Amino acid sequence: MPELITDLETLTLVIEVGGMPIRIHTTSPDFVDLLRDRYAGFISASERAEVEFDVDLMEPGEPNPDADVRVTQQQGRWSLRRGDFRAEWEPALRHGWIRQTANPYSIDCVLRIVHTLLLARQGGLLLHSASAIRNGKAFLFAGVSGAGKTTISRLAPSDVTLLTDEISYVRRQGDGGYVAFGTPFTGELAKLGENVSAPVAALYLLAQGPENRIDPVPAADAARSLLGNVLFFAEDEELVQSAFHAAVEFASRVPVLRLTFLPDARVWELIR
Amino acid sequence: MSKLYLARNPRVAARSLDGEMMIMSGRDSTLFTLNKTATILWQAADGATPLDEIVQKKICVEFDVEPTIALQDAETLARDLASHEILQVSEQPIIPPNTSPGDAR
Repeated sequence: MPELITDLETLTLVIEVGGMPIRIHTTSPDFVDLLRDRYAGFISASERAEVEFDVDLMEPGEPNPDADVRVTQQQGRWSLRRGDFRAEWEPALRHGWIRQTANPYSIDCVLRIVHTLLLARQGGLLLHSASAIRNGKAFLFAGVSGAGKTTISRLAPSDVTLLTDEISYVRRQGDGGYVAFGTPFTGELAKLGENVSAPVAALYLLAQGPENRIDPVPAADAARSLLGNVLFFAEDEELVQSAFHAAVEFASRVPVLRLTFLPDARVWELIR
Repeated sequence: MSKLYLARNPRVAARSLDGEMMIMSGRDSTLFTLNKTATILWQAADGATPLDEIVQKKICVEFDVEPTIALQDAETLARDLASHEILQVSEQPIIPPNTSPGDAR
């Protein structure tokens, strides 16, 4: 009698961003190849994993990635949903599942959300900002869409290492300082950041203007601007409070400056 | 006129930065920045000190203002802060949620 059930081999892959390894389990070799390509430079051989996700791939349907993201917590279990995916994750077990079609966008959104939740408990942040390393120091460039994150990334000279043109990954260190990591989360530049890190020297609030100049920003204004750039999805009072404290703490410890710039390479003469 | 008592809403996050009190609602992430008078009310809102005493000992000392007018303005401001769920306002002392009724005696 022929076998009716065949065991499918489970394949695993670790995607490590910001020193946080997340292990993905799937039975689809094609999906593994897709992830290897999407997260090139961020695939890790780490044995350790902050979270493990079983990915259940659905048949293509009519997903709606433009639908609002909903992130809620009930009895220690996080539920993440958008039109194109559903996921659950139980931090105490470090385990969860994702149900999506075989595309890189859904899992990318899940990973961004999971990283915001992991970071929020540690005083870290995901910020809408470009970031780059120069002379061993990391600089962040925050601003609303159109403020110049992609432009300043594109203008970076050859001695600058780009960490991201869209989403900066910032972790708090034991000494009270902050470290910025490269991310695979890209913006208009569509270029993955380098998977390296450096201590954060300054955050610049971007504004395009008639000259290149740097002006100080009062700490409270800096905190308000920063809060407007924190990536956060969860409908959870405790985590909202954690994100608020993390942003205010960052603004009180890291120099926050306004960088007005002309869209040409000379602006980088000010950033050293 | 009955006494009013104020307490901080435990469901908001608050931080003072460069002398500015910033408050964020945990419920809907709304960010508030308190002015000087509201900051005094927030800092004095221990659930046990009546508003007239806060006005007399804190606000009238800080500002050159007639006590009766200061109390009226402070009550209006306290109720406004309560409408934004920043403060709780009651005609009875307010017991913090993490203490049992016996702790207040």
